[in-house]
Amino acid sequence: MQAVFPLTFAALLFSAGVYGVLSRRNAVLVLMSVELMLAAVTVNLVAFHGLVTTDVGDPLLSGQAFALFVMAVGAAEVGVGLAIVLLLYRNRATVNVDDADLMKY
Amino acid sequence: MSALAQQLPAGVEIPEIPWAAISPELTLFGAGILVLLLDTAGPRRRTSSVIALAILLGIAALAAIPGGAAPEIVALLVGAGVLQLALTLWLHTRPRLLGAVLTVVALVATIGIAAWQYQAAANGGMVGTESLLADMVAVDGVALFTRFVVAGAGILTVLLGFAYLQDRRIHRGEYYPLLLFTATGMTLLASAADLLMVFLAVEILSLALYVMTGLARRDMASQEGAFKYLLLGAFSSAFLLYGIALVYGATGTTHIATAGVALSDPGTPAGLVFAGIALMLVGFAFKVALVPFHMWTPDVYQGAPTPVTAFMAAATKVAAFAAFLRVFTGGMEQLAWIWVPAVSVLAAITMLVGAALAVVQDDLKRMLGYSAVAHAGYAAIGLVAVSEIGTGATLFYLLAYAIMSLGAFGILTILERRQRKAIAVADLRGLWQSAPSLAVMFALFLLSLAGIPGTVGFIAKFGIVRAAVDAGLVWLAVVLVISSVIAAYFYIRVIVAMFMDDEPAHLADAPVPPASAASTAVSVAAVGVIALGVLPPAVIDLAERAATFAG
Amino acid sequence: MTGLAEGAAVAAPAGSPAAWAWLMAVVPLASAAVLLLVGRRLGRAAPWVAILSAGFSLTLAVWTAVWLGAREAGERTVVHTVATWLPAGDLEVDWAVLVDPLAVAMSLLVTGVGLLIHVYSLGYMEHDRDIPRFFAYLNLFLGSMLVLVLGESLLTLFVGWELVGLCSYLLIGFWFDSRANASAAKKAFVINRVGDVGFMIAMFVLFGAIGSLSLTEVLPAAEGLAGGTLIAVGLLLFLGATGKSAQIPLYIWLPDAMAGPTPVSALIHAATMVTAGVYLVARMSPLYVQIPEIGLVVAAVGAATALVAALIAVAQSDIKRVLAYSTVSQLGYMFMAVGVGAYSAGIFHLLTHGFFKALLFLAAGSVMHAMADRGDIREMGGLLRDLPITGGTAAVGTLAIAGFPLTAGFYSKEEILAAVADTAGGEVILAIGLAVALLTAFYMARWFALVFLGPRRFEELEDPPHPHESPLSMTLPLVLLAVASLGGGLLNLDPETGLLAGWLAPSVVAFEQTAAIIGHGLLEAIAIALALVGLAAGVLLYRGGPRVVSEASTPVVRFAQDAFRVDELYRAAIVTPGHWLAVGLAWFDARGIDGLVNGAGRGTAALATAGARVQTGFVRSYALAVLIGTVLLIAALVGVWMAAADDLMLLGGWR
Repeated sequence: MQAVFPLTFAALLFSAGVYGVLSRRNAVLVLMSVELMLAAVTVNLVAFHGLVTTDVGDPLLSGQAFALFVMAVGAAEVGVGLAIVLLLYRNRATVNVDDADLMKY
Repeated sequence: MSALAQQLPAGVEIPEIPWAAISPELTLFGAGILVLLLDTAGPRRRTSSVIALAILLGIAALAAIPGGAAPEIVALLVGAGVLQLALTLWLHTRPRLLGAVLTVVALVATIGIAAWQYQAAANGGMVGTESLLADMVAVDGVALFTRFVVAGAGILTVLLGFAYLQDRRIHRGEYYPLLLFTATGMTLLASAADLLMVFLAVEILSLALYVMTGLARRDMASQEGAFKYLLLGAFSSAFLLYGIALVYGATGTTHIATAGVALSDPGTPAGLVFAGIALMLVGFAFKVALVPFHMWTPDVYQGAPTPVTAFMAAATKVAAFAAFLRVFTGGMEQLAWIWVPAVSVLAAITMLVGAALAVVQDDLKRMLGYSAVAHAGYAAIGLVAVSEIGTGATLFYLLAYAIMSLGAFGILTILERRQRKAIAVADLRGLWQSAPSLAVMFALFLLSLAGIPGTVGFIAKFGIVRAAVDAGLVWLAVVLVISSVIAAYFYIRVIVAMFMDDEPAHLADAPVPPASAASTAVSVAAVGVIALGVLPPAVIDLAERAATFAG
Repeated sequence: MTGLAEGAAVAAPAGSPAAWAWLMAVVPLASAAVLLLVGRRLGRAAPWVAILSAGFSLTLAVWTAVWLGAREAGERTVVHTVATWLPAGDLEVDWAVLVDPLAVAMSLLVTGVGLLIHVYSLGYMEHDRDIPRFFAYLNLFLGSMLVLVLGESLLTLFVGWELVGLCSYLLIGFWFDSRANASAAKKAFVINRVGDVGFMIAMFVLFGAIGSLSLTEVLPAAEGLAGGTLIAVGLLLFLGATGKSAQIPLYIWLPDAMAGPTPVSALIHAATMVTAGVYLVARMSPLYVQIPEIGLVVAAVGAATALVAALIAVAQSDIKRVLAYSTVSQLGYMFMAVGVGAYSAGIFHLLTHGFFKALLFLAAGSVMHAMADRGDIREMGGLLRDLPITGGTAAVGTLAIAGFPLTAGFYSKEEILAAVADTAGGEVILAIGLAVALLTAFYMARWFALVFLGPRRFEELEDPPHPHESPLSMTLPLVLLAVASLGGGLLNLDPETGLLAGWLAPSVVAFEQTAAIIGHGLLEAIAIALALVGLAAGVLLYRGGPRVVSEASTPVVRFAQDAFRVDELYRAAIVTPGHWLAVGLAWFDARGIDGLVNGAGRGTAALATAGARVQTGFVRSYALAVLIGTVLLIAALVGVWMAAADDLMLLGGWR
């Protein structure tokens, strides 16, 4: 398989996530962008399984197993994240991340 | 079991579960679940579940004897069962106190187990380097040392927090389970021998910490801190994860030691190596708060409920550094020439920026937050020394910082109960008049943070400087000295305020609520600061012998 | 003579006072802890706890001195290890005491003057509301100073060094009633940290070169050090010394430190702590003896400081600030001595200065006590009648510091000048030394005349005080110190064969003196003449008050007026320019150097404020910082990679 395709795809996906985090003001969209970054890494992990450069390869399927863990962790992260965003919304009636600037300097 | 094994591809084996080795994590995690369940159950159910639990523990103890377990473990199980039963029957109508007591019991048990493991592994010399559970978990010096510090910090945090949380009406049932889960994540992070484990442990401890930061549901600052921490934490773990993925791609393994060896093989694609190292550095630098990845620190420290801040400062730092040490100093020693210059520069900037920005702060928690950034820089010097001396120095520094910061934030916890709002430097005026012992102890912690001789802070800094000189990094030692000169200014400013007479602040007149538990915790820290400052040999020895990594 | 530099240290015999010398420091420290924690419950007994512990230390110090004196001269360097402090691999630092003649001489001064000042404070602080805290600090200081003096390694010495500094800040700020005190305390703290940087770096360098910080190992090994290392360490240690001992450029904190209670000024900022720098240089004499050119730098800095401070002292009008600048100036003398390698002369002046400067400060405190805490000497005058004991003892102190023949100050100053006269290249320093001798006599006579002689100007004040002599607890220390100031010269009547010179021989290594700029007899005569002229001029010019009033009526006065014309000439030619120079220097002191320090502080704060603006509070900008950091980190690593590209097989590639 051509190494370039999945890796480039993952890198682009990751960059899209980073861009989302930096440019979106809606907290929910920011969380989604973080998820996008995690998804990009998942793609990487799965793709690397076939690309590993050592002689023995990867008999333990670490990449695939890792990808499963990442998905689980990502789900948990979104759960906690949405809960916190909800609290923020209750206190301030807004989900704009730029409104959370009580503490600075 | 055997049927399952036959279905597995060749080369894959179901690993033995080394129960004894991971017993600290099991204890913490089990206790967390237990406290959570007991909290959700009503008083009547609590009683019946306690009896059921006691029976279970008895069975476990009975089963352990023929299972060949060490008599210590059996005794521990029986003792824990009896204690559990007694405590629960006594406290089953007061769920918060029950939770607190069970948490302390679990943490004390963790210290006990860790001490026993240390004893078994050290045999008088360096602590052993055992790697277990299919090389996922390492039981080596760094891991054991971190277990001590984390569990000790947890105990002091429980003592500090009880009355504070009660006063603020944020003494929620999930607090103690969260504390225990965080502690589990921390000990796991310190003993993670595999990058997969590192990632999981980071997430376990972070997720629990995000929630703890936002514990004060009606406090805007607390919410904001939690949100910023969550967002930036997730953002940086994505970088860490990307780095891990690249290292995996380059080496075909996620085992730290193996990957380290493979990375230094000239046949490994250099692009993956460098990008992987850089991205993992981002993840760790964020967790230990090196500039410019530190920006969450002051906000989160300021926003979180103060006992949580204390725990975060003391325990998170040591766990994150333990993993940082294991992956970089331990795993990538051969590649030191790649990452040492970069991390050295980060450490230098961190020391200077942290100290300088703390100078202009008025809110004490925020000031201590910036000072935590500077201290991360000091500790990082032992890391870039890439030597046993350096690792030992960093470990001792983290222990010292844990004691000092628990003490300092502990004092703030007590003071905030009197004032019921954030404390600025000016609020401390005349504190000497109204609460002399608090003022003296706070001065002691601040002087120790400033590194004045006679306190543990000096010993710790001295160890770091020695490691730096030893490794030929004299310039970093000089930066450290300059940074501590700057830092001395803001610490002394607080001390001057406390001993100042004119127009005592409102705080000086506020009534002192009784807080014997918190005072005890702070006094313990004060004794630690002096004792380890004057006669530290035993503990330095402990830290130096703990400077081992599982291979 | 075998001493420290030859590695002749022996372990203390069990049961000997040297084996218990550590208690000298520990007992006051423990007493300080007790007073801080439960002092208020002790009530009136609190000061006595402090005094008892100081008395204990003095007794132990005397016993140790007697014991050491009874030993063979070659066996007077005794080490006793109490506990291991830092057992770090190849480096081991112990809690150990080094009992040798130098340490014993210093501990006698510290405990002796310390005890007297404890007693004095009993009367002086009588009406203060926080007596236990004050005595706790005093005890803390005493213990810390003894740690500094008795410490066997540079690191223990440094512990004492930092702790005495801490006590100094705490005591300067003891009355935090005014912002001035708080800011003086902070200034002292920050400036001392600058000096400490020098000390610390010197320790790193020494440790790197020798692998030990123990004095008994470092000093004998100093001979084998490379020239560059020696010079670096010598200069860095001296930088540390300038901070603690208030020398140019770090002297500005000391005059402001007078904001603290007067007994503190006497003990810490005159007699003991500020001499720690001199002690340090003397302690490291085996190192400095190999770099006499650096010694000359030390002496030159000392001379410059002595001159500048003496000139400023002439223009001061606060009773304590005159003494403060005088202290800076006298410390300059001590550095002149240790700079040219005349260590016993330097330590001799350190001791006698400890006596008479403590005396003068305590007398000033007694005056302020009587004047209801007024400190302006222009508003005083004629107090000798009301305060006979204070005035009489102050007169003794004035004569001693001016170098009046047969007083303690005469002998010690004489030895310093003689040593400078024997040093090649010491001409300018000698001239400055003589000029400072004249100025010292002049400004001290001025001080004495304005306070104790002439018309009682304070009676014209709005709320005139009713001066009365201080209680016995205050006058007794004055009298004892006056006796010491008079008879202290007996310690070392002759620079070669004197008691002190012989006593200190095992501890310090003096330079070889080759030159003879001027004969010692002639030098002595010049110095006496200068002292007398200065004293006479000061008294004559200022006995009438701040400005000389002429009343030409009787022949006697007319005669005086003739003399006065000479004075006028003197005044126009020397004093006025000197005065303006002094005022100018004082201005420069306030705006220039002070401004520099404050400016550095403000600069840091401004920079930090600007830096803190980056922390906008917006979480997205934090994320941006993480991203930028990541990009820079990757760029840095790629840079490392490129730099090492030749050594790597870049095209490992996929398999």
